[in-house]
Amino acid sequence: MIRLFSLKQQMKEGEQKGSGGQQKKASAAQLRIQKDISELNLPKTCVTEFPDADDLLNFKLIISPDEGFYKDGRFVFNFRVGSNYPHEPPKVKCATLVYHPNIDLEGNVCLNILREDWNPVLTINSIVYGLQFLFLEPNPEDPLNKEAADVLQSNRRQFEYNVKKAMRGGYVGETYFECCMPK
Amino acid sequence: MSVASPNPALALQSKRWNGLRHLLEREGPFCKGDFSPSPDNLEFLQTKCKVLVIGAGGLGCELLKDLALVGFGDLHVIDMDTIELSNLNRQFLFRRSDIGASKAECAARFINGRVPTCRVTPHFKRIQDFDETFYSQFHLIVCGLDSIVARRWINGMLLSMLRYEDGSIDVSSIVPMIDGGTEGFKGNARVILPGFTACIECTLDLFPPQVNYPLCTIANTPRLPEHCIEYVKLIQWDKESPFNSVPLDGDDPQHIGWIYERSLERASEFNITGITYRLVQGVIKHIIPAVASTNAVIAAACALEVFKLATSCYDSMANYLNFNDLDGIYTYTYEAEKSETCLACSNTPQLLPIEDPNTTTLEDVIKLLCESAKYQLKSPALTTVTKEGKQKTLYLGTVKSIEQATRKNLTQSLGELGLEDGQQLTVTDITSPTAITLQLKYQANEVEMI
Repeated sequence: MIRLFSLKQQMKEGEQKGSGGQQKKASAAQLRIQKDISELNLPKTCVTEFPDADDLLNFKLIISPDEGFYKDGRFVFNFRVGSNYPHEPPKVKCATLVYHPNIDLEGNVCLNILREDWNPVLTINSIVYGLQFLFLEPNPEDPLNKEAADVLQSNRRQFEYNVKKAMRGGYVGETYFECCMPK
Repeated sequence: MSVASPNPALALQSKRWNGLRHLLEREGPFCKGDFSPSPDNLEFLQTKCKVLVIGAGGLGCELLKDLALVGFGDLHVIDMDTIELSNLNRQFLFRRSDIGASKAECAARFINGRVPTCRVTPHFKRIQDFDETFYSQFHLIVCGLDSIVARRWINGMLLSMLRYEDGSIDVSSIVPMIDGGTEGFKGNARVILPGFTACIECTLDLFPPQVNYPLCTIANTPRLPEHCIEYVKLIQWDKESPFNSVPLDGDDPQHIGWIYERSLERASEFNITGITYRLVQGVIKHIIPAVASTNAVIAAACALEVFKLATSCYDSMANYLNFNDLDGIYTYTYEAEKSETCLACSNTPQLLPIEDPNTTTLEDVIKLLCESAKYQLKSPALTTVTKEGKQKTLYLGTVKSIEQATRKNLTQSLGELGLEDGQQLTVTDITSPTAITLQLKYQANEVEMI
């Protein structure tokens, strides 16, 4: 191993040499998110929007499914990436009120890789694909919106009808859903 | 005992150091090859070596005690916390009358009063309140931290302090980091030579993931008392926004009380038992009971590594010690490998010579990165950190909204973009597993300097 202090012993005493470069460095979370974002490979149904181009830690993902129950809808998710990324997953909330078994009316999303199965090798891209999959294959086994899940399980036609009704803007049960279908 | 002012000369002659003298003034079969036995080694440790202890909590108290008693004469300690009643069982530098006071200051006062050969300088601050000039004054940094964010921050700081000459690290710019960590009966100690051995980011996946329960289980099929508490914390708090919709504060007894009561209600709904006030506190604040003996073992291992590095007498541990005394005693030391693709420590800044910053545009730089045989990038994204420490995206082509916002930068010269000589650009590209750091080198300046 290298011998550190034979050189150093003299150094530190008179050292005001801190010329290492007063260079500000990007944090590890920042480096990693830049890598994730520059390598984003989005399916054609997904778009990201960065309100501030200098802030890669806060952005929106807009999913417009082109098949399945949610075809023609437009769903906005807010991503907040913390300074502990990728040790911790980003916080993702659905900003569009949606009738969905795995998304509750507060916008909480039940996606395993957003919580219990998160792992630092996963990327923003993984989450995007996970979210897109939720719209193609809503999963009634793991419900967050239990009513929606029950309907999906017992009566697929009814579920499909409810989804369309909610997306066009209207009441399903006691909840009013805003229209989320752009013309 | 009189509290004499530190007198190193006296200390050096004291019989007290005979044990260390055996180690530092004699050859031994296990010494490092380049170790030269001499009284200078002890003198260095007592009078010159400057060690920073980060954290004055469970590990920090042990570390300060260990290092002071080993003979280190110049210690600094940083801690942003104040003392709480629940600390007193293991953080033995504090007394009941210290509750509410700064941990760093109390710990320093205690050691300074008790160990006359040691002078501890306290800093009642956050690690982020200091910059490179502060951290570079130390020979060694020992961490007794309880957060991964803080570890990553100091790791990043030490890496950014490295100086390079012709692509290799200037050894004198290395400040070794000895990191201890405990969680209940488990602990680890490791030696990190920034730029040489595995850093915190290289082994980020070794940290145990936070316990997270699936949201749907919490919402619909709770089975454990923890599920009920998490439900109240994650769903009910935002929905019912008690206390005028302030964010949940785990240190506020009223907040914990509210969660406790709602959790009880929810638990009885699902016939779950076992909710207690303490459990609620534990789940909300992610408390894992601290075990004094684990702290003592890990701190001792760290202090020993500090001693070995400071005196160069023996090789450092290579480089990761795992410890578990839950059931008997288990230890295992192995060499964590430096990751070749570590975003933090595997990117040596590479000089990017620029003829004239006032005529070279950002587009020229990107073209160069794509066309040069050395880089051959495809669609690089470039960011930098400004002098004020603000993140700035120079160009990112793969995301439409950012591309639109940064396209105007392409035609601007580096000067117009406010980029200065020596400033670092972070470049990421699909062709490279790591981020590349480019350091601008303006030729015009160099000419002036000569």
